[in-house]
Amino acid sequence: MVSVAQPIPGAFAPSRPTVKIVPVKLLPVVGVVLVGLVTAIATNSHWALDFYHIAGGGLWTGIDLFVGLVLGPILGSMSIPARLELSSRMMPKLLLIMPTLVTMTLGSGFQLARTLGNLSATYPNHDWLVASYVVVGVMAVIALGLLEPANLAVLFELRKPNPNAARIGRLMKVFIYTAGITGLMQIATLVIMTKLASS
Amino acid sequence: MEAAAPPAERRLPPIQPIAVATIVLVVIGGIYTAAHLPRHVPQGPTITLLAAAVVLLATNVMLLARIQPFAWRIFRVVTAWVFAAYIVIAGMLEYVFVYDHTRGTQLLILTAMLAVFAVDIPLLLGFSVARYQDPDA
Repeated sequence: MVSVAQPIPGAFAPSRPTVKIVPVKLLPVVGVVLVGLVTAIATNSHWALDFYHIAGGGLWTGIDLFVGLVLGPILGSMSIPARLELSSRMMPKLLLIMPTLVTMTLGSGFQLARTLGNLSATYPNHDWLVASYVVVGVMAVIALGLLEPANLAVLFELRKPNPNAARIGRLMKVFIYTAGITGLMQIATLVIMTKLASS
Repeated sequence: MEAAAPPAERRLPPIQPIAVATIVLVVIGGIYTAAHLPRHVPQGPTITLLAAAVVLLATNVMLLARIQPFAWRIFRVVTAWVFAAYIVIAGMLEYVFVYDHTRGTQLLILTAMLAVFAVDIPLLLGFSVARYQDPDA
């Protein structure tokens, strides 16, 4: 039974990177993206809204699928030091990239649907649209309620002089499973969005 | 003498499940509203969901405030950063609602839902980090 903090195996200690929680250098990029989104909505530019929705949604879906179904299982099979080394470099970036992509996709998508009249109850595929809200809602609950807390807790644990390996392992398991579930749910998003776009 | 249990082994109030339940209520309210827009949205269900979310959030704040000892410094740092980020996200959504001429009680309900969302997520993330840190001296 684990009752005290277990230090990470020695091989990990000397090469441990300094863990930055938020990559501050990338914040101006996020700012530019958000200003562009506000402009796209304010001008109701069909091209700009399309760009934000398709580029944001494509990247969001692609990253979720890749992390959930490809990288997640690989991470799960790696040694703990290797897993931590990869996570400590990848997770801070995802912490900034994912909320930005989600905001881009949802903000532009809602505005696009509104300008195209797709929000109307008389829109023939209104039920599919509501289904997409439900899928996004479930993903939001999983991502905000389980995935992000585990992600942040791992990053802060890694900053300690003696990170608790058992705790990190447990939190990483939550991260890997929830990333897998959101990855699978993104398949539903693809089905719904292609159905909406082709009818 | 036995060493004190590390933070992970401490029994803490169910802050995380309550915070997740709050998100669920806000998300259901959001989906219900979006499914009706741009028509009139029946306000009974949204007000009920919002009221339940506010009660859960208030309960969580009270439960959290009673935890002693706790890593309050880390909690405040994380909560403040996440709050700043979620103010931007909630602000974007508010901007879209206002821009699309959502007005009156409907705008008030949506704004209140966004406010609950913008407080609940930072609280959840701050707690998720601070619970594993050494309590403040």
